[in-house]
Amino acid sequence: MDTDVALANRLARDVDAAFPDLVADHQDRLYSIALRLLGDRRDAEEVAQDALVRAFRAMHGYPRERISALRLRPWLASITVNLARNRRRRVDDRQPPGSLEPMLEAGYDPPTAGTALPAVSADRRETQRELASLLLRLTPAVRSAIVLRHVDGLSLAETAEALGRPEGTIKAQVHRGLRELRGLLEAPPEPIRSTHAPMPPARLLPTLEAVR
Amino acid sequence: MTTTLPPSNDSLSLSLGLEASLRDLRVAAPASVGYGALVEAGLADRYATIETPLGLVFVAWNGRGVSWVTPASDRGDFELRFRVTVGREVQAADALPDALSGAIRRRLDGDRRARISLDLRGHTPFEIAVWTKALEIPRGEVRPYGWIAAEIGKPKAVRAVGTALAHNPVPLVVPCHRVVRSDGMIGQYSMGGPDAKRRILAAEGLDTRALEAEAATGVRYTGSDTTHIVCHTTCRDARRVTARHRVTFPSLAAAANAGYRPCRHCRPVSLARAA
Repeated sequence: MDTDVALANRLARDVDAAFPDLVADHQDRLYSIALRLLGDRRDAEEVAQDALVRAFRAMHGYPRERISALRLRPWLASITVNLARNRRRRVDDRQPPGSLEPMLEAGYDPPTAGTALPAVSADRRETQRELASLLLRLTPAVRSAIVLRHVDGLSLAETAEALGRPEGTIKAQVHRGLRELRGLLEAPPEPIRSTHAPMPPARLLPTLEAVR
Repeated sequence: MTTTLPPSNDSLSLSLGLEASLRDLRVAAPASVGYGALVEAGLADRYATIETPLGLVFVAWNGRGVSWVTPASDRGDFELRFRVTVGREVQAADALPDALSGAIRRRLDGDRRARISLDLRGHTPFEIAVWTKALEIPRGEVRPYGWIAAEIGKPKAVRAVGTALAHNPVPLVVPCHRVVRSDGMIGQYSMGGPDAKRRILAAEGLDTRALEAEAATGVRYTGSDTTHIVCHTTCRDARRVTARHRVTFPSLAAAANAGYRPCRHCRPVSLARAA
């Protein structure tokens, strides 16, 4: 992106002076990535903020040439994904597997200041909620590929760079993710489960789909 | 469901709709995300109120440390002064971070081990040396401006020490109130003049009236006729000396002539060099 190249050059000249623009340009996408990976607003806020701060500190340790050569979109995405992965590990320790809580959290998407929510129809919001909760049922690897490629809109090459995986792997994971999401969207609504009944692990979903 | 449609069409329309719906999952970040990052980076600040012996004060901080302490006033007025003086954005927070308010509390209670990071960017090395030295003065004790000047190796810069202390951006945290005039009088104070300075010193257990009364009679140092050690009058060692053994001196030279050596804790010797 041209604006990112210009921004990287300004950051290379003076990190402190240009950093507020980096925050303004990238905070929404980093928050969205974290939110869709984790499904929890509070966790996503912390991860997005932490990602910005880590980028700031990293750039303070980089020589100028390295900063101006940064591809900001994939670079910032990769910091966010890594922080979200560590956060998820801690969340997993906290919550028994199969708990409904992450899904319920995912469905809760309250209005935030500055969002043009009234323009979004109720139907569309319902779809967003459902899709957000379904994303959390994908395996972490597939989910991160889908979130970067289709929620954030990175190219295949940028997604591969951000996730440190070969492009071919990303292509397969995105394909698989879309297929699984379609399957989940077509499936009849899940009956309300008690928290004792564990959710089927995401990797079993294609099998269930085939059975159906 | 649309299972009656030909599978190819179905999967195509679903796929396009799905990708559009995924793009729709982008949302705006709450304002706290971006501002919080700027604060952590030290490019913006937050502030909140804490209770002190001088009443409510505003404490501003960022990821580098405490940046500003001032008597609580009108918020709009404070924010304007902060932006103009410090040159950064500042926003009100509900409260100080627990660790920070706890550390400030402990420091006000006299615990010099309580670590508080300070953001003193934009100040001169001389000012920072003066403030760092003031941090060494124990609670409830005072030292003259000349002592700081001598201790930081600028014995002639007594007036500049006074100016630096007047510009202390973090009073109470850096106890500039524990630095007094070399004639023993209380002197000026940025947090509300000499009366406020007397109040905070009294809250720390110092009898300021007795201190000033004795200073008015020309007393500058106190010694013990059993140890033959001479101290600043508020040094904790000096205050342990019983009335029967307490001797006073108008100058360090007078003490030296009487065969007294300077206390190793409050180090009045450096003041002699300054004189």
